[in-house]
Amino acid sequence: MFQTTIDHVGVEERAAKLGQRSIKAATKVQGIKLALSMIDLTTLEGKDSAGKVRAMCQKAKHPLPGNSEVPHVAAVCVYPNMITVAKQALAGTDINIAAVATGFPSGQYPLDIKLNDVRSAVNLGADEIDMVIDRGAFLSGHLSKVADEIALVKEACGAAHLKVILETAELETYDNIRKASWLSMEAGADFIKTSTGKLSQAATLPITLVMLEAIRDYWYETGKVIGMKPAGGIRTSKDAMKYLVLVKETLGDVWLTPHYFRFGASTLTNDLLMQLTKEMTGMYQSVDYFTVD
Amino acid sequence: MKKNSEAPHLEIVESRRLLFGDLWDYAPSPEKPVNLKKHYDLFIDGKFVPAKSGKTFSTINPATEESLAEVALADEADVDRAVKAARKAYQNVWSKMKPAERAKYIYRIARMIQEKARELCIIETMNGGKPIRESRDIDLPLVAAHFFFYAGWADKLDYAFAGRKARSIGVAGQIIPWNFPLLMAAWKIAPALATGNAVVLKPAETTPLTALHLAEIIQEADLPPGVVNIVTGDGGAGAAIVNHKDVDKIAFTGSTEVGKMIQKAIAGTKKKLTLELGGKAANIIFEDAPIDQAVEGIINGIYFNQGHVCCAGSRLLVQEGIVDVVTRKLWDRLRTLRVGNPLDKNTDIGAINSKMQLEKICSLVESGVDEGARMHQITCDLPERGFWFRPTFFTEVAQSHRIAQEEIFGPVLSMLTFRTPEEAIERANNTPYGLSAGVWTDKGSKIFKIASKLRAGVVWANTYNQFDPASPFGGYKESGFGREGGLHGLMPYVELI
Repeated sequence: MFQTTIDHVGVEERAAKLGQRSIKAATKVQGIKLALSMIDLTTLEGKDSAGKVRAMCQKAKHPLPGNSEVPHVAAVCVYPNMITVAKQALAGTDINIAAVATGFPSGQYPLDIKLNDVRSAVNLGADEIDMVIDRGAFLSGHLSKVADEIALVKEACGAAHLKVILETAELETYDNIRKASWLSMEAGADFIKTSTGKLSQAATLPITLVMLEAIRDYWYETGKVIGMKPAGGIRTSKDAMKYLVLVKETLGDVWLTPHYFRFGASTLTNDLLMQLTKEMTGMYQSVDYFTVD
Repeated sequence: MKKNSEAPHLEIVESRRLLFGDLWDYAPSPEKPVNLKKHYDLFIDGKFVPAKSGKTFSTINPATEESLAEVALADEADVDRAVKAARKAYQNVWSKMKPAERAKYIYRIARMIQEKARELCIIETMNGGKPIRESRDIDLPLVAAHFFFYAGWADKLDYAFAGRKARSIGVAGQIIPWNFPLLMAAWKIAPALATGNAVVLKPAETTPLTALHLAEIIQEADLPPGVVNIVTGDGGAGAAIVNHKDVDKIAFTGSTEVGKMIQKAIAGTKKKLTLELGGKAANIIFEDAPIDQAVEGIINGIYFNQGHVCCAGSRLLVQEGIVDVVTRKLWDRLRTLRVGNPLDKNTDIGAINSKMQLEKICSLVESGVDEGARMHQITCDLPERGFWFRPTFFTEVAQSHRIAQEEIFGPVLSMLTFRTPEEAIERANNTPYGLSAGVWTDKGSKIFKIASKLRAGVVWANTYNQFDPASPFGGYKESGFGREGGLHGLMPYVELI
């Protein structure tokens, strides 16, 4: 296994430099459409209701009503209770249903409950499972406990894809993030994901770069293509374009698809739509012209 | 993945290569060229004047080979005029002025540079070929910072050297290179002015334009006439400055070859001398280095400014255990470098500064291949006109190869290997040069151990090519002597009493 440390000054400089790429004209339009197609449209709140989820699914199918050039999003991401509602609303589409499980967001539950959580979500029709790692175990050095748990969850997923949430804000250092990324990939993750979105600190460019580089090194060693999902805190088109630049220049074209790269976001969609409309019509529209779902 | 969509198949070629294609490519994003004057004169005694001979030379854009402007060609007579103007200004005005007043002028120049930064960085890129991203984010901010830094010293010289007083020297003749035209002018002019000296500066033959725009700023800033004089021309004008009897100090940045000629020429005269010459820096990567950041440091070390950097990390020393992984990562990183129009904001590697330099790079690269090193060169498209060289690195390089010993001054890296720290130090120091070096390891104690044994003026740890006006810069051995920047940068321009 190839391992290395991360120099935080260096990685932050590199991420900032990549963030300076100038994205204009056709590149911008194409990038925005690409970003839209990569969104895991998310609602993860205690107050989520069937009505709210149905409205979000409608948005997922037709982000910009009346414009067929705008792609639908990759998936909707909901709590297990909402899987059935989402499944009905998305019937007949290509849009996946991602469900958070394993005692999201803390993960502080007994293992059998976590595994049941996963099995039940898959039975209800989830195509993708977003699990959380046991950060307490990771930080206290019980790495094999974390890895074993991921492997068991992967088994419980069956055919469903597994995204492993590291909750990077709690891991704090880039070295930890790299270590946790590697461990997750070895234990069976299909995707690695930055955050639950429940903490104020979520995805950042340098954190994403560290994870993309881990994905690249894992691919160098094994040939397995692992996906990446930054989640939380990505709200503007400009930000989204920076993430795409990171993917393009770190991993290349193979990863520039919803199969291997996702944005976990709720408010990003409307800014992408607003910027896209501006590129198409030459002028900005009022926010009131974009539906809040 | 479920349903109709099928995951893209990864085509594994050349033992699994990442695919850096054009699935989502960046559209051109060029800065608009600045409208230049058709003709530029010499700046002597506060006025723009043609050369006495009336001669001019054409300065070009190395990215297009198109002529940008005609520039006055100074000879001995013009240099003499400039030195006389400098002497007069030094004696009558500048050396007598209160230091705090001197500082005001330098601050004013610094602020005006900031105001005109956008225009200046575009001209720098048009005339020199460096990417706009670098002239905008590195050259220009550092130019202003140098003037600000030394403006601050102007009225604090009494505190700079404990127990000693600093007295100005007189007229400084300064000759600068083409790789950082405006930044080198700032490095030379700012400390000279702060210490109360007058200046005759000669920009490089291929890149005279930003220095002349700086002259316009100096004129606009109302600096007393003659304190700064800028004479453009070829080696003849440089020689005239070196050999002029009334010059008190020579500061030269450029090739070791010319540096030696200058030192011979002024031997036995009153002239003080500082030389900042070539380099062949070792960039040492240990097994315990943060590899991805080190790879970035390698890239920044050698491909920054097309490798036209005297302190470039042109000799890469990699510990044997990580040679394969470093080579692979370096190659994949190299393939994402964007070579092309220097005015495009997404360009990483611009044009080679001149035809002459391109020929030099080509001949050294050829020698590398002939001597048996293995060449890795990316296959990007290049513009039809202009001077270009694809980013390249060599593996299987022996210490005795020319590409491991001579300064290439282009985007060409030579990779050597080592087994132990002792061997790394020995190899790093085994060069006639000694300007800079890099050390990459996550282990703090190792950094100090290695850095203290490297005979190089600047040693960077876990970074490379970082510059700051407060930090002294200069060489050992054939890389020259004297320091520029920081408190040390005042020394060459003062007499301590």
